[in-house]
Amino acid sequence: MVEANAVYVLIARDFKKFVREKSRLVSTLARPLIWLFLVGGGMSRFVSPGDGVTYMQFIFPGILGMTILFSSIFSSISIIWDKEFGLMKEILVAPVSRLSIVIGKALSGTIISTIQCAIILFLFPFIGIKLGLTAIPYTIAIAFLLAFCISALGIVIATFIENMESFSAIMNFIVMPMFFLSGAMYPVQKLPDILKLVAKLNPLTYGIDALKHSIFRGSVVPDFPLLADLGVLAVSSIVFVIAAGYFFERKK
Amino acid sequence: MPIIKVEGLSKKFGELTAVNNVSFEVEEGAIFGFLGPNGAGKTTTISILCTLLSPTSGRASIAGHDCAKEPSEVRKAIGIVFQDTTLDKDLTAYENLMFHAYLYDVKKGEMRKRIDDALHFVGLFERRDDLVKKFSGGMKRRLEVARGIIHRPRVLFLDEPTLGLDPQSRANLWEFIIGLQREYNTTIFMTTHYMEEAEVCNKIAIIDNGDIIASGTPDELKKTVGGDVIYINTPDNQKAKLEIERLFNVAVTEKDNELFLPALNGDASIPEIINAVGGKVLSVRLQRPTLNDVFLRMTGRQIREQNGSAEDTVRESVRAYRRRHG
Ligand SMILES: Nc1ncnc2c1ncn2[C@@H]1O[C@H](COP(=O)(O)OP(=O)(O)O)[C@@H](O)[C@H]1O
Ligand SMILES: [Mg+2]
Repeated sequence: MVEANAVYVLIARDFKKFVREKSRLVSTLARPLIWLFLVGGGMSRFVSPGDGVTYMQFIFPGILGMTILFSSIFSSISIIWDKEFGLMKEILVAPVSRLSIVIGKALSGTIISTIQCAIILFLFPFIGIKLGLTAIPYTIAIAFLLAFCISALGIVIATFIENMESFSAIMNFIVMPMFFLSGAMYPVQKLPDILKLVAKLNPLTYGIDALKHSIFRGSVVPDFPLLADLGVLAVSSIVFVIAAGYFFERKK
Repeated sequence: MPIIKVEGLSKKFGELTAVNNVSFEVEEGAIFGFLGPNGAGKTTTISILCTLLSPTSGRASIAGHDCAKEPSEVRKAIGIVFQDTTLDKDLTAYENLMFHAYLYDVKKGEMRKRIDDALHFVGLFERRDDLVKKFSGGMKRRLEVARGIIHRPRVLFLDEPTLGLDPQSRANLWEFIIGLQREYNTTIFMTTHYMEEAEVCNKIAIIDNGDIIASGTPDELKKTVGGDVIYINTPDNQKAKLEIERLFNVAVTEKDNELFLPALNGDASIPEIINAVGGKVLSVRLQRPTLNDVFLRMTGRQIREQNGSAEDTVRESVRAYRRRHG
């Protein structure tokens, strides 16, 4: 009971702050919109991915993945602020298990990311994609799983970092490479071997691949079977949660 | 029954020994003062007791539970006001307390009342819906005290609770702390490097460079540096000096137009001396040794660099407190 309370209140706190800070919502939604319409729209005139879709349509699942990537990492990285401004100590001296803290934090990132992803998803009619009534909840469910996985990964990263000065390093050396090596902007199969290997170690790759399954329904051939995508996401989520719990428990 | 037991506790950070083989006990319901200069090891000791750090060696237990082995039992028994603010500045006062109540599994039916009570207790009820970032330092501190007591901890840790507060807020805070002990029999464990503030403690331990160099009640400690001194000013100090020396057989010294001498009978010496000079007195006061004197005697150093104004504000707040509580 106490654990469920802790999970609930960690989510409620982040959610309240998310609702209060409208500017954050605007800026996190601006990035995917810019990429979708300015990059995607521009490139559509030069690149034709085949399979009867335009480039803008081709990157749509990748843009959903991007929304989740940035929003989830940002949410989890807020743990570093909590460390700097002290609230983390208040949480750590409370009689709740470290695992509940990780799960609460991961779920709050997940919910906030999924909401943002759903907002972008509803742009589908404007770029000429047809989604059936079942495809929408199905896509949102995949987005939820991907968001949980990335949020949990973000917490693992945050446990190693003590101050916000490392923020741009995280963005440049983890988040941006994760985005480009995920099949979001170009198919993984077309990458050189070494980068292909990196892409295969990237959980975002499987999330975006699963989103391609649910959005294109076979009109574009994804890189992996759907079950493999979901399996990798589920297993890596569990690994990240356990790792984050372990690193939290570790005391100096 | 001691509620906090610490035996041979040490903590090393690499080469640095922050806490060195420290032992002490705190009785349930007592106000325990952990005094020492900056860097003495106070916060490190609290962090170990609060399960945030593990000790290099030695043992600590609270309410019968080992701090290193049964952290969750210990966490249930304690509340903490950390040295640095640990509030969420983007939430309101009420939301911060609600957050805490959920983390500590306060019963849903009682939550509201406990939070309201705590807010009234620290005088922040009217400001409950304001964002914490709009609060002054003193209000944040009080809010943290309120948060620390919502789950009715048996032991409340206060790490430098008055640091950076103005005299009025300091005095208020001391009132809350004493009230807590009185009302809920909460054991208070507080640190400070303002020795004057430790007067309200039932027991004190003085720590320096990781070692406990003295412990006891404030009076016991002060006795170790000698007795009280009487300062007196009369219209004719020369005559008064001879008279007092003749009657009491003590050495009287004159300094800055004031006579001073040891008060052999404590407070009772004052009327005796006044009688001795035939009641012709401009001023008279009795000065007790301070805990600063104790620290000076033990270490040969002042507890911190002299900082007249800061020190005076502390003195003032303790005096203000005493005035109101006799
Ligand atoms: N995490 C840490 N790593 C290294 N040294 C530390 C750490 N925390 C405290 N210290 C050192 O330990 C000593 C005691 O610090 P602290 O317990 O904070 O003192 P106090 O609270 O009495 O001012 C200081 O010399 C401080 O620099
Ligand atoms: Mg300290």
